[in-house]
Amino acid sequence: MLAFMYKNQRYFHHKDLQKTHHSHSGGGGSMGGKNTDTREIKIVRRVLDVNDTIAHQNRKLFREKGVFVINVMSSPGSGKTAILVKTLSHITPKIRCAVIVGDICTSNDADRLAGFGAPVVQVNTDAFGGDCHLAAHVIKTAADNFNLDEIDLLIIENLGNLVCPAEFDVGENLRIVVLSVTEGEDKPLKYPLMFRVCDAALLNKIDLLPYLDYDREAAVQNILQVNPQMPIFEISAKTEEGLDSWIEWLKQKLHGRK
Amino acid sequence: MHEMGIAMQIIEIAVASIPADLKNAQVKRVNLKVGKLAAVVPESLHFCFQIAAQDTPLCDADLNIEQIPVKIRCENCNIEWVVHEPVFICRRCNGGSVKMLSGRELDITSIEVVDKDA
Repeated sequence: MLAFMYKNQRYFHHKDLQKTHHSHSGGGGSMGGKNTDTREIKIVRRVLDVNDTIAHQNRKLFREKGVFVINVMSSPGSGKTAILVKTLSHITPKIRCAVIVGDICTSNDADRLAGFGAPVVQVNTDAFGGDCHLAAHVIKTAADNFNLDEIDLLIIENLGNLVCPAEFDVGENLRIVVLSVTEGEDKPLKYPLMFRVCDAALLNKIDLLPYLDYDREAAVQNILQVNPQMPIFEISAKTEEGLDSWIEWLKQKLHGRK
Repeated sequence: MHEMGIAMQIIEIAVASIPADLKNAQVKRVNLKVGKLAAVVPESLHFCFQIAAQDTPLCDADLNIEQIPVKIRCENCNIEWVVHEPVFICRRCNGGSVKMLSGRELDITSIEVVDKDA
């Protein structure tokens, strides 16, 4: 097989095509009169560029509407919903919030997040084939449910998964990763992309530390190895210990942008 | 875990890139660059691609994955190196101001096509 390289992606010059046929007959490799020459067609495209394009549109829309967007990610059961419930209880109604919460099934998390005056939209990805992450088009559709002119902060609670959500830009301003002290200290090293792409880490459930053989210092060092400039907030959503610094940081980011 | 969606995107992009002058095009190979930090498991992607490519011009296509190493640069020292462990700290100045130069790719670079009717 002869491979030919074409620089201009989909455009083929007549001259090049003639050259292809000429080379082929000259090579004497004809198979039953069929031209089975292989052409290599240059493409150079991000596989996820459809998602990236929609994420870019989302970001533009959110900026125009003055909506600050955070995307909260973690493994299942690390306490994302509990943290957001407590965060909402401290910042609403002064900061006008809305929440998009993703799960494969159930509206349990949306029910827990309701009642703070912030509109909540539950996205169940089983309609999208049980997706393991929220993609940009899903956020675009979900955001249609809100009057963005009346929202300061849009909180996206992603699906519990430390792998896939890290790969999908949804048009957010900040990415937050939650790690709880009931998980391994080496999670940041096992899932480096997630900890690399996030802007802040919340180490949750620190009220349980007296009962665990958890090396908190090792967990912090592992986060800092992957992302040396990451702000880390050690918190307990249950007792609210450390919650103030996280909320202060969030407010600073929110107001700093405007 | 999202390899099926990625396989379907690859097929969509490849089909759209087949030149119009090929009447009965068969894609023999898809060349991909996948960064080592990209959240993609090559074995999973191969498996999903085989299923998703059925009844498309890519049904006999090979997926050729070139793995791209994670390369970073220290913004203070300006030195560049390839990391094999997830440690993003400058090995010279111990600083944390490092920039990723490669390792997050998930790109189609080319397809190789034959025209069965030519």
